[in-house]
Amino acid sequence: MNKAYFTSAVKTTLPVFFGYIAIGIPFGLIIVNAGYPAWVAPVMSAVMYAGAGQYIAVGLFAAGASLGTIALTELLVNIRHIVYGLSLITKFKNVGKWKPYLIFALTDETYSILTGCDVPEGADAGKYYGTIALLDQAYWIAGSAIGAAAGKLIPFSLTGVDFALTALFAVLLIEQLEKSRDFLPPVIGAAAAVAAVLLARFGVMPSGNILIAALAFGIAALILIRGRSFGKTSDAEVRK
Amino acid sequence: MNSQLTLAAVLSAVFVSALVILATRAFPFLLFSRRNPPRIICFIEKYIPPMVMAILVVYCLKDIRFESKPWGLPSFTALAFTTVLHLWRRNPMISIFGGTIVYMILSRML
Repeated sequence: MNKAYFTSAVKTTLPVFFGYIAIGIPFGLIIVNAGYPAWVAPVMSAVMYAGAGQYIAVGLFAAGASLGTIALTELLVNIRHIVYGLSLITKFKNVGKWKPYLIFALTDETYSILTGCDVPEGADAGKYYGTIALLDQAYWIAGSAIGAAAGKLIPFSLTGVDFALTALFAVLLIEQLEKSRDFLPPVIGAAAAVAAVLLARFGVMPSGNILIAALAFGIAALILIRGRSFGKTSDAEVRK
Repeated sequence: MNSQLTLAAVLSAVFVSALVILATRAFPFLLFSRRNPPRIICFIEKYIPPMVMAILVVYCLKDIRFESKPWGLPSFTALAFTTVLHLWRRNPMISIFGGTIVYMILSRML
């Protein structure tokens, strides 16, 4: 890869640099605050590489969740990814040996860059996309490592830094609502979660099951309320 | 109460989570490279992510005790602050840092 392509890739990923450093730092802080060694943060960023997925994982570790609960939660938190690839199938047809890494590294931010950017003239598509994806992941690993190191050095108590998790989910929710303008799914989700929290508080089920129960209630309610009408509207769209 | 996971359990959970996340990302490339996706995929795309995010927000607030001091005030104030900040500046970095700082200050004061 010559220098011009690399510079172009760096420029393209600059917004992600700021975002990943800023959101990676609180992640590193939370890991250390939960009592785990600092290196766990960059390791998670290297092998899992999923913002919301990593944040929620720390909460599950701290709550002593079972492996099955963690796996199912990660599946549902990351389920939006199953649709990301759909719009990149054609674009990834001629990226050669970069394809496995590009698929592994397909975060929300890298997805939005790759769907929006054009390969500079004369550049190899695989190399160019791969460089973008690698840069993004490097920013993320750096951010979480900085946060974890800072967490070990900062002399005052970091209690409350895990609110960054709540804030991140709130921000993601606002951005999804802006796109969909459909308040029913989050209202269903919030009601399902409140119901699950209450069930745990009144001792009906253990508190370790709150998240799974909420997801199950939410999906069931969505299918009941939206399942049938969704089938009908898409039939109508097909007929048009 | 459940106690928190040991380091060994965390590492195996990280490994399993990594596989699950990779599976979600590889799914469309493995299944739909040659044929069109079924409608259920559109249903998932449209409705599941915003529902899951709302669940996660509530889940994060699950340990609040409304009956005793500080009555959940730090969390709800910081959440409102995050929301206003995000609607105003549209910058996740500012919203997340701002909300967290407000929470850390209020939870020490109240």
